[in-house]
Amino acid sequence: MTTVSPQPSGAPTDSVHEVDPGTRTGSTVLDAVLRFRALGLALVLVALVIVTTLANSRFLSQQSIRDVLLSASIITLLATGVTMVVLTKGIDLSVGSVLGLSAFITAQTLAENPGLPIPVAGLIGVGVGLACGLINGAVVAWGKVPPLVATLGTLYVFRGVVYTVAGGSRINAGDMPRGFLDFGTARIFGVPWLFVIAGVVLLVVALFLGRYRSGRDLYAIGSNPEAARLAGIPITRRLMTAYLASGALAGMGGVLYAARFGTVDASAGSGLELDVVAAVVVGGVAIFGGSGTVLGAGLGALVLTVINSALPVLGANPFWQRAIVGALIVGAIALDRLVAARVAVSLRKKGSHVG
Amino acid sequence: MSADVIAAPAERRSWSRFATWDVAVIVVAAIVIVVAAVGVEHFGTTRNFGFLILEMAPILVLALPLTLIIVTGEIDLSVASMVGLTSASMGAMWDAGLPLETILWVTVLIGAVLGAVNGFFVTVLGLPSLAVTIGTLALYRGLAFVLLGDTAVADFPRPFTNWAIGGIGGEWIPNVTIPILVLVALFTAVLHATSVGRSTYAIGANPVAAAFAGIPVGKVKFWLYVLSGAVAGLVGVYWTLRFSSARADNANGLELTVVAAVLLGGVSIFGGKGTLPGVVGGVVLLTALQNALRLSGRSADQLTIVTGVLLIISVLAPNIVSSARAALTRRRRARVPISHDPVSLSDARKDPS
Repeated sequence: MTTVSPQPSGAPTDSVHEVDPGTRTGSTVLDAVLRFRALGLALVLVALVIVTTLANSRFLSQQSIRDVLLSASIITLLATGVTMVVLTKGIDLSVGSVLGLSAFITAQTLAENPGLPIPVAGLIGVGVGLACGLINGAVVAWGKVPPLVATLGTLYVFRGVVYTVAGGSRINAGDMPRGFLDFGTARIFGVPWLFVIAGVVLLVVALFLGRYRSGRDLYAIGSNPEAARLAGIPITRRLMTAYLASGALAGMGGVLYAARFGTVDASAGSGLELDVVAAVVVGGVAIFGGSGTVLGAGLGALVLTVINSALPVLGANPFWQRAIVGALIVGAIALDRLVAARVAVSLRKKGSHVG
Repeated sequence: MSADVIAAPAERRSWSRFATWDVAVIVVAAIVIVVAAVGVEHFGTTRNFGFLILEMAPILVLALPLTLIIVTGEIDLSVASMVGLTSASMGAMWDAGLPLETILWVTVLIGAVLGAVNGFFVTVLGLPSLAVTIGTLALYRGLAFVLLGDTAVADFPRPFTNWAIGGIGGEWIPNVTIPILVLVALFTAVLHATSVGRSTYAIGANPVAAAFAGIPVGKVKFWLYVLSGAVAGLVGVYWTLRFSSARADNANGLELTVVAAVLLGGVSIFGGKGTLPGVVGGVVLLTALQNALRLSGRSADQLTIVTGVLLIISVLAPNIVSSARAALTRRRRARVPISHDPVSLSDARKDPS
């Protein structure tokens, strides 16, 4: 029985290490691959838009573009936060529930206090998200519970809390102040405010992750937690930051959700975590941590939203949406693995030429 | 054969460490049942116990292969979606006019294929099982909706649906009890008394070492995923017949309860540790608790909160205990100064880890 000596499938750790340093050593091959990812996504995006527009010219109408941008904004916000967590080798499955909780509480607060200034309502929503992020962060960073287990648990706990708070009720557009709802659809120079907000958040986080030490620490933790600890990186605090940020951004997403849709019930954002995870991995963020950018995740969110809105236009069964999300997740990580394997081979070849 | 040798020390360690946890879970489950039988109206009736077994069946059966998968250090989050998709395919095949006897086998086969897809991505491509099964969680549920949309197929023949909810000899013990007991016995025997079962512990403890010891790591994991899918197909059949309804959203979200029950039963999410008696205890504890809470008027949402919290606690509690024990040892070591000879010092260090 001992004749077969297979490749241990615990090998991921090995190959991750082979690939990972390259993302920062400026290796031209890897650079090309990473750039290819963004380029590839952009090409997919353009192709999708062209095909769909050929099928129905109204797909490129101002209204439909605006709809896509609005939907993409909310997923982008969540994907930005989840990217920070995934970079540390973690995952945040609770974002859909956090969005639901924040959206419902924000809407309810506004319905009960019509005079409340909108920024205050926004802060309440973000506060709800921060509280959720604090729970996730505490369980993961202090309790040393694997992020998957922790956030799978809070996914259902937070959703259960929304249902308990809402108890089957629903906040309608009529219950919320006009100004708040207008903000959900208002535009500046033709661009929806929500998109501007998501864009600004994306850029700020990109800057933080790319240029600031504590941001770079997240990559270090995800690449090699043990080395990060030995290098003196305060891992607990950085993990806390990542989960707090993810919670806060999901909370902000909830506020935007309430403003955009006007109607909020307890099921708001159910299952959204799958779309967000898909956007993140399609955007080239390595699910094993340590590699990827929020700009990629934003691009992933845009591609996902375009696919979703193209489906009905192309006359496809709308029930395909979830299946496509799943296929994208599996496809994206499989592609990453194949590309990584090819790069590893080519690097080895290059090494042998030199040696 | 070498598997036994490798697994032996891990086994001894896991028993001594988790014996207390396993026993505790089983004892707590018994206490919950006794307290609920006394304190909760209608809980202690034979009718409710019959219902409890029907309720427990899918969770327990899905937990069996999942335990083995988690022991090898992997995870399968797609179990509930596989139940949904097999149930939906059963409905679609029945609609297409196939005989039910054929459909039952094909449904289980479809489940096995779905599991094989998971296994392919995890073992052949070497992708992280967490990401793969999150993906297939969405994919399989999506395909279930593609098959049936939001309609339900409900006209399954009476004899079959009656069997699924009926009792042995018309009494309160459900018919499904016997196949469940057989499955539990089979899985327990395989995990705890065969070299394949023992090799799962070696894989979970150290996959590289296990491979060097001659264990076909990839093959074992692949077939565990196939098994998980086939079992999900069985549950899909049971679910469809029990509720006499094939729907795309059948068993939606059930993965939470199954994972929670397995971890509650003392299986380590990091792999390499856990026992099936403990898992059975975890399943009984969780379903009895849910049943008692529901009977005492709690809503389904509060049950979800309880399940989610239990999931987190089942991993958090051992962590807190072990770090508290480590802190205690550290303090004890600090109190007794350097007079320790190196041997006993290393013994003391080994103790908490």
